[in-house]
Amino acid sequence: MLKAKKRLGLVFFPAFDWQISPTHPEREERLLYTMDQLKEEGIFDIDGIELFNPVIATEKDINRVHFCYPDVNTKVPKSHLISAGGAIRAAEAVLNNETEKSFAIVRPPGHHAHRIVYGDRGFCIINIEAVMVEYIRKKYGNKKIAIIDTDCHHGDGTQDIYWNDKDTLFISLHQDGRTLFPGSGFQDELGGPGAFGYNLNIPLPPNTGEEGFLYVLDNLILPILEEYKPDIIINSAGQDNHYTDPITNMNFTAQGYGKLNEKLNPDIAVLEGGYSIEGALPYINLGIILAMAGLDYSKVKEPDYTPEKVSQSEEITKYIKRLCSDIYSNWKNREALAEKLFKDKEYVIRNKRIYYDTDGIMENQEEKIKVCSSCSGLIIIKSKSDRGDKLLAIIIPRDGCDSCINKGYELYKTTQKGKFSKIYLQDKVNDEFFSKI
Amino acid sequence: MIIGLDTGGTHVDAVIVEDGKIIDTAKKNTNKDNLFISIWETLEELLKNKNLNSIKKVNLSTTISTNAVIEGKNNPVAMFIESGPGIDPSNFTCGDYTVFLNGYIDHRGREIKPFSSELVHKEAKKIISKGVKAASVVTKFSTRNLSHELAIKNILKDYGFSPITMGHKLSGNLSFPRRIYTAYLNSTVYNSFNNFSIAIKNAFINKGINIPIHILKADGGTLELENASIYPVQTILSGPAASVMGCLAFFNLNSDAILLDIGGTTTDISFLADGVPLLVPNGITISNYPTLIRSIYNVSIGLGGDSAIKVNEKGEIVIGPKRQGPPMALDGLTPTPSDAMIVLGKLNFGNRKKALEAMKIIGDKLNINPEEMAKKIYDKFGEIIKHKVFSLLKEINSKPVYTIHELLYSKKIKPKKIIAIGGPAKAVSHILEEKFRIPCKVPKNYDIANAVGAALAKRTFEINLMADTECKKLSVPEMGIYKNIDNSYSLDKAKKDAIELLIEGTKDFYVDYNPDDIEITEESSFNMVRGFFTSGKNIRVKAQIKPGLIQRIGGINNA
Repeated sequence: MLKAKKRLGLVFFPAFDWQISPTHPEREERLLYTMDQLKEEGIFDIDGIELFNPVIATEKDINRVHFCYPDVNTKVPKSHLISAGGAIRAAEAVLNNETEKSFAIVRPPGHHAHRIVYGDRGFCIINIEAVMVEYIRKKYGNKKIAIIDTDCHHGDGTQDIYWNDKDTLFISLHQDGRTLFPGSGFQDELGGPGAFGYNLNIPLPPNTGEEGFLYVLDNLILPILEEYKPDIIINSAGQDNHYTDPITNMNFTAQGYGKLNEKLNPDIAVLEGGYSIEGALPYINLGIILAMAGLDYSKVKEPDYTPEKVSQSEEITKYIKRLCSDIYSNWKNREALAEKLFKDKEYVIRNKRIYYDTDGIMENQEEKIKVCSSCSGLIIIKSKSDRGDKLLAIIIPRDGCDSCINKGYELYKTTQKGKFSKIYLQDKVNDEFFSKI
Repeated sequence: MIIGLDTGGTHVDAVIVEDGKIIDTAKKNTNKDNLFISIWETLEELLKNKNLNSIKKVNLSTTISTNAVIEGKNNPVAMFIESGPGIDPSNFTCGDYTVFLNGYIDHRGREIKPFSSELVHKEAKKIISKGVKAASVVTKFSTRNLSHELAIKNILKDYGFSPITMGHKLSGNLSFPRRIYTAYLNSTVYNSFNNFSIAIKNAFINKGINIPIHILKADGGTLELENASIYPVQTILSGPAASVMGCLAFFNLNSDAILLDIGGTTTDISFLADGVPLLVPNGITISNYPTLIRSIYNVSIGLGGDSAIKVNEKGEIVIGPKRQGPPMALDGLTPTPSDAMIVLGKLNFGNRKKALEAMKIIGDKLNINPEEMAKKIYDKFGEIIKHKVFSLLKEINSKPVYTIHELLYSKKIKPKKIIAIGGPAKAVSHILEEKFRIPCKVPKNYDIANAVGAALAKRTFEINLMADTECKKLSVPEMGIYKNIDNSYSLDKAKKDAIELLIEGTKDFYVDYNPDDIEITEESSFNMVRGFFTSGKNIRVKAQIKPGLIQRIGGINNA
């Protein structure tokens, strides 16, 4: 029998009894063929590959990351709590040393879920990686974590959550936001004053092939990881860069995903998007599993694969080279750039519009981050939805200084109830969460 | 009257059962070099002075196939394997010749690429000229589309290959590696089993007895000799199943329970869920070959009445996992749990003085007097079983689930009773009750439990039906069915068809037909959506004639 070179834990939870709607991409059928392929390949018999069932994420786990309106119980269905719980179980398996690496093949996904949650956007309600990451930090200490988001869509929710947290390096490679939902993720979105340069976006042109993805990995992501030295690497493993995906325009392959995971060598991978449920997912998931377990994946190929299908133009190759060099220079010069941008400022203010495509809600946000010399700075978010709801969310960061802690509590106490539909305080120093209506 | 026979490592036991009563028993030593002789002699003794006309059926639990696998007395086999993309199939090489074919069937059973028939012809010619006659044909996803396996088989037949095992006929469950190993084992034990089956059939005929002969399977059910001869791999490792079915025969159990077969060297652990034996999730493993053969869950640990007892460097008592001869009470050289139980008056054989001596040897090392030592060993014996059972239950109760409903509500096994059989069973029942805090029962005739279990076992059968209304195909691999359907095919129709097929597939042999035995064990229907429209349904139904007993000892359902 086959034996894994690296012990791998799998949380395989296809949620066969849950769908957004019968014809929605996020439907019961999504992981059916992946399950068939994995069973037929005998994946669950491989010595060193172990299956774990998800746990169910708790309200407290969610409130460490999000501000759900009106609250977690009303807004977050069981399916999303289990999906986040699947990610948590995968992380626990690694951190408890039950296994060396883990892969949570769960649905629904999470990387479009921002800090504030009015509803479902991009099939996500809660950010399953962020819920997992904050659970890890609560239980196992404040680790330095790198999240590499290889979904074809910009991981805008994860960016929002870790915008001002330099203990979390967030790198998203995705199809250029000018051509795809959610329309963000450009190279100048680099992070808040407390973590400038620790949020890196790599917007790739449509039709980028295997060559382009692996170039970005070798010449940008791996060198940056080498310098950042994370304790844990997470692959936010969306699979919609595949050449057969129905809602994107990229040319990545099962072989490519295998190579990417072999080189990136993530401790934990979490499935995100990917909607070519027959032609791509069964093969990509197989490729990722074998690569993570240190096994040969050279024979894992899609039935209709030909190298010509996934080759990219000379023009794209050139464009990507230039892009990588620009982004690497941003990373290298992050401190100088931050100095220029934030020097002598007391607060940095951003205004954002966030559209919940699945639920059809428009949100307007003002995010105010304190530029603080002792910590990464208090964050105050004022949000308004087109349904007439107004929220105030106060975030005391994990490294919050006494002054920011006091300011946060003071603001929470003194803000009058009538002005907002709900007022929240997330105190990450003491793992506390308060809200009032 | 029904005859049940069990082939053990040391004895062959046989019983005649009628209306829940044991009429007679017979016992002979096992002659490992000629199992047929051992079995037939036991049957002849049992049949002495019996009215042969009133015998309705005979169920045999044999070790013919098992021994053939373990001892490697096998036919050479040519493997024809078609994998398509995925894990490199050379990882699963077994048999004497392997031919890898280049066709491909995908997860929905669609042919992506035909195989090269020239290659099959070329290799078949080469291999048959070397005198290899047995072959197995396995393709990936053949349970979804059997056409490649069938076509390859038809080519091989013309070259004179026999037997030719096709993977899809052995099980409808997915697992290409297990299908390869199972198909290999079937071809390789074929001759050994057929030599036996021909001999036993002729022996009955010569005695003027013409009754159905069934062979026990690892899932606790039986298979008629005719089919067992084609699929002898289905008869491997039936011993533990005989023992579990035997336990069921003596008690009316509807709850979760622990079944223990405590012997001299090992203790076998099985479980009941709501009175039904728990099966292993994928299939049983034999000689490092994981198979698709359904089997009762059974874990063997190296702990028995004759296990050697030692004291390790840390000053802890270690029992087993090896046996080093008989207990000291029977002139052995190593202290054993049996010695402890003799000292405590729980077992009554051998020389108690020598048993005391055994306890003194261990006790001296720990500064404990022999009686106290015996108590400690007795306690430890129970403790080891408890520890193992709890860790197995933890594993079983965390089996993978795939739906939100299952995750929230799936059944967990919580045993309410222990049934123990075997030599030391009665003696250890007290400590087991203390450790587990549930009652422990020991049947009176446990020494013939296996033969009784074999006698009362029923024909079992499982089929996997899959219908894909977009591809317009229906497949029931176990019955060799692969046919067209129209797009109105529904889950209800699939369930109805599955039940009819189960009955049809067993009707010639199904002497104990009872509609209550038929059940649908899994059912699902997925809407297939392509673009924004529902393009078909993916329907899956698993149905079985479940393992169980035709009656219990002490009258039907009355114990």
